[in-house]
Amino acid sequence: MTNDGLQNIGGTLPYSFNTIEYPKVPAQLDWADRFGSWRCRWGVDRMRYLVSPGIYAVGQPVAESPVFVSANYKMSFDRLRMELAGIDAWIMVIDTKGINVWCAAGKGTFGTDEIVRCVEEFKLADIVSHKSFIIPQLGAPGVSAHAVKTQCGFKVVYGPVRAADIPAFMAAGMAADAEMRRVRFPLADRVVLIPMDILMLAKPVVFIVMFFLLAGGFHKRGFSVSNCLHTGCASAGLFLLVYIAGGILGPVLLPILPGRAFSVKGVWVGLAVLLAGYLLGFRQLAGGFSLASWALIMPVVSSVIVMNFTGTSTYTSLSGVMREMRIAVPLQIVGAVIGIGLWITSLFV
Amino acid sequence: MSLKYLQNVATLELDTEKCVGCGMCVTVCPHAVFVIEDKKAIIVEKDACMECGACRENCPVSAIAVRSGVGCASGIINGFIRGTDPTCDCDKNGGCC
Repeated sequence: MTNDGLQNIGGTLPYSFNTIEYPKVPAQLDWADRFGSWRCRWGVDRMRYLVSPGIYAVGQPVAESPVFVSANYKMSFDRLRMELAGIDAWIMVIDTKGINVWCAAGKGTFGTDEIVRCVEEFKLADIVSHKSFIIPQLGAPGVSAHAVKTQCGFKVVYGPVRAADIPAFMAAGMAADAEMRRVRFPLADRVVLIPMDILMLAKPVVFIVMFFLLAGGFHKRGFSVSNCLHTGCASAGLFLLVYIAGGILGPVLLPILPGRAFSVKGVWVGLAVLLAGYLLGFRQLAGGFSLASWALIMPVVSSVIVMNFTGTSTYTSLSGVMREMRIAVPLQIVGAVIGIGLWITSLFV
Repeated sequence: MSLKYLQNVATLELDTEKCVGCGMCVTVCPHAVFVIEDKKAIIVEKDACMECGACRENCPVSAIAVRSGVGCASGIINGFIRGTDPTCDCDKNGGCC
């Protein structure tokens, strides 16, 4: 790994233990940490928001202190340390290439091999007198607890899903109750993911906006820039409106949109935008070929963006997404082709 | 209101013969798919399975089988285009998740 993107952690002090110096990080986040997280939520340098793998101290840890294992995505590391106020602990950051715990576990980079490697490289057995560490539960898809034990002698204790439950987990003698083991997907968790979900498809969206702007210039008698500014802008605007509505309302209304398949949930958003635009008297939606075209394009666009949210959600399975895509994608393609055909027709009649 | 995904699609399978009732699957599962009853694991919420593979990886007697992978439309499209398994790595700049 290059040093590119490595973050300094504000308030870090040297911590000497058994004649070796470790970085001691505060259990509070400062404004730079919060700003950094916010930037990542908007996709700014999100893939280069790293902390160095290694051993960190929080509080005044000793040989008996617990060890928490974390990914080297700084947002993961920050979420952990901010919950360790009043707890003397070690943090072992492993190299997950700057990816958060759950996603890295899915890829295997937060996994048995890397953990065992770090135990050896960082000489964990020389620091602590016990033989266990706490791994976030969402790391489990990449970790075999029994294999870790066999390979390096350390027992894996699975911590809670949410870092926020760590104080309760520690107070209960390193025990998580059933609720701490459940992944939920409440409104607040869905909302923070909206910007990335919208930005993820930015490239095709820009391309489609350009298409509407340029193609909107054609009319019966040829091409005019004034039509680009009128029909083109209006069409690009309608497209962006339904795209952003899907990107926001899909996640916000996820539990109440009818249907289990995300592609179906998305359709409702597009139809709602269509109806709203019609009732508000948008010229493009007044009737004829133009209305017909948007009646197809809008549900297709919102269906695609909400379907894309499967990757962001916390409960969809590979088999399930493949099942819905096998039906939804052909329908989306047919809907889009006919919709664009009708839209082009509307330019010339 | 609870969020539930498609029914009857999860590839999760448990071999009760092999199960030693250690409860690791109950511990690692983020969707409470398993419970322990009479010293054996049983699957009680198969439709809640998101196929993350945590139970399979942590079963000490390999009693669990599941085709794990990313439940992500973009990932599946990526895999389809490249002819690989579904992958989170959307572009060369890294992953989307």
